[in-house]
Amino acid sequence: MTEVVATNETILVVGGGISGMTAALEAAETGKQVVLVEKRPYLGGRVSQLYKYFPKLCFPTCGLEINQRRAKMNPNLRVLTMAEVMDIKGEKGSYTASVKLSPRYVNENCTACGDCEKAVETEFDDEYNYGLGKRKGAYLPYRMAHPQRYVLDPNIVETDDGKKAKDACKYDAIDLDMSEETIDFPCGAVIWATGWRPYDAAKIQPYSYDRIANVITSVEFERMADPSGPTGGKLVRPSDGKEARKVAFIQCAGSRDRNYLLHCSRICCMASLKQCTYVSDAYGEDADISVYYIDIRAIDRFEDFYQKVKGIEQVKFIKSKPAAVVADKDGNPVVHGVDTEGYKRFEDTHDLVVLAIGMEPSVDKDDFPVDIQINREGFIEAAPENGGVFAAGCASDALDVNRAAQHATGAALRAIQAVTGAAGVEG
Amino acid sequence: MTANQAMIENYRNSFLKEVEANVEEGEWVKMCMQCGVCSGSCPLGKFWDHPPQEIFMMIRAGKRDQVLGSDSMWMCTSCYNCIVRCPRELPITHIMHGLAHYAKRLGLVPANQPTAKFAQKFWDNLMAKGRVNELKLGLSLYFMNGFGEGVKVAMKNQKLGMNMMKAKRMNPMEIMGGHAVQDLSGFQKAIKKAAELEDARIAQPGG
Ligand SMILES: Cc1cc2nc3c(=O)[nH]c(=O)nc-3n(C[C@H](O)[C@H](O)[C@H](O)COP(=O)(O)OP(=O)(O)OC[C@H]3O[C@@H](n4cnc5c(N)ncnc54)[C@H](O)[C@@H]3O)c2cc1C
Ligand code: SF4
Ligand code: SF4
Repeated sequence: MTEVVATNETILVVGGGISGMTAALEAAETGKQVVLVEKRPYLGGRVSQLYKYFPKLCFPTCGLEINQRRAKMNPNLRVLTMAEVMDIKGEKGSYTASVKLSPRYVNENCTACGDCEKAVETEFDDEYNYGLGKRKGAYLPYRMAHPQRYVLDPNIVETDDGKKAKDACKYDAIDLDMSEETIDFPCGAVIWATGWRPYDAAKIQPYSYDRIANVITSVEFERMADPSGPTGGKLVRPSDGKEARKVAFIQCAGSRDRNYLLHCSRICCMASLKQCTYVSDAYGEDADISVYYIDIRAIDRFEDFYQKVKGIEQVKFIKSKPAAVVADKDGNPVVHGVDTEGYKRFEDTHDLVVLAIGMEPSVDKDDFPVDIQINREGFIEAAPENGGVFAAGCASDALDVNRAAQHATGAALRAIQAVTGAAGVEG
Repeated sequence: MTANQAMIENYRNSFLKEVEANVEEGEWVKMCMQCGVCSGSCPLGKFWDHPPQEIFMMIRAGKRDQVLGSDSMWMCTSCYNCIVRCPRELPITHIMHGLAHYAKRLGLVPANQPTAKFAQKFWDNLMAKGRVNELKLGLSLYFMNGFGEGVKVAMKNQKLGMNMMKAKRMNPMEIMGGHAVQDLSGFQKAIKKAAELEDARIAQPGG
């Protein structure tokens, strides 16, 4: 049975992405007890799936590493992975959280040597790579995963592969008898940092995501650009593996549209501008990049980055929300639309189309285990009715990492105030 | 002063306001964010002088003569592709019909615009008996572009006509005048009154 030491002064953080980690660490470093609950087998959230960060084009791993080190060193922080909050009862200053822990089938003896992975055979879609590649049934979710501990896919536990994995482990780290458990513990405040997920691109029917292999989403493109990703960092066409030199970015795919998501996802203009540099870095003068947009929203100091990308000769900007993407007989995606500057029709053939997919809240409106104010876009509103529950990062709005971390720091302060108040009442 | 001149006087500097006040669903025009999805989605778009997106911009830019005298909105076939795709849910199809209707009231329809001609024939046909006489309407359509052309089209559709008669979908006797609604004079009175009200509204700009 997993033990969690907690009191009414404990802060519960739900979601271990960059926002949840930031909030948890800020609070823990002031001396508060913090329990961080993360659904995935590792911390870092969606940031761990990015290749580079705009605007500096540095690697997210470096920031994540610092946070991971802070987490390891802090005795006030308890991290639960593969964990989900099922219910939160009570009120500000005295909640009881009920958390479900899914079995990992691998205990802390694991040294991440990888022998189990070599021993097993069955492969599954790799969720870390948004299904672009495969992973084995015994796997390390990604190279830098924290905790550095393998995971067994529940589907292999009762198969031959399960036994093979167990036999291959020299450290007795594989425990096929682990089972799901639910634990209850008290807390005085909750920081809700469950982040975002990419909007389902197949719903945008005119863009043919579910019908044309060479139409992909921006999150998949991030994985493709990563040298440790499914294509080894090569920007290629999923249909035939050929180089993708002529690339189209379609902005607002799902966002700012009453048929899909009402809001502007805010970061996708910057994400596409960043991804333009991936293509021009890979193919230099042979790159041919088109960005189809309604308007480019590179806010505040990001304007500099926009100007920089505008300066790349191989990048064209076309002011138009395309009407449709269709495949020609060779499987090339053809983008159709009318250009707002001149009202000319176009029919442009590309190697690859990247949909700058919108960000939606990762938790559906009706699935919150606690009473909370949700706005019409599905994000958490800051409201007194929320009591001791505070949103952090993309659970509150579509934000970039910098703004998400700032927001998370604010949430940490509010949570600290809430539990400090609770202590005052008790003492 | 013609209705057209009255309107020009009244909305001197704002064609957008004129459209908002007088064109069906015209108050939606300002919601357009110029994304271009409607224009790209229109199956007949390449035959339009100005696709819907451009029409909306022209309205805002005060290009009154070019908009109301345009052939474009008459090209709309009511397929509704634009409406379902517009990210701002503008009722584009209805606005196109609203503009066409408004241009017609002000006498600004381009000469020989085929959709406008058909609409007029349909109206006249309907007004005569209070119901549409399909046989007469069909024939008048065939001969819309001259006698020779009409005979040719009629010959081509002969078989269809015979089948329709067999299936009792068309009665050749309707050519004799056709049957009317029960209270034809009541119907005509009602329509006349509606037309008067509408004319009064138009004559009173901004109303
Ligand atoms: C294509 C693309 C490129 C981007 N590039 C950049 C960039 O270059 N620079 C930049 O600043 N920003 C970028 N962003 C934005 C960036 O991804 C976000 O700002 C960041 O992920 C926000 O972090 P977060 O912690 O709020 O959410 P997330 O990263 O979504 O983390 C949320 C965490 O909560 C967990 N979780 C979810 N539900 C539950 C639950 N019920 N229980 C427990 N845990 C749960 C998730 O597993 C996840 O680990 C990009 C976004 C996109 C779409
Ligand atoms: S950030 Fe850009 S691409 Fe994303 S929704 Fe807003 S305008 Fe569209
Ligand atoms: S689709 Fe809607 S918002 Fe876009 S240009 Fe057409 S009318 Fe305007």
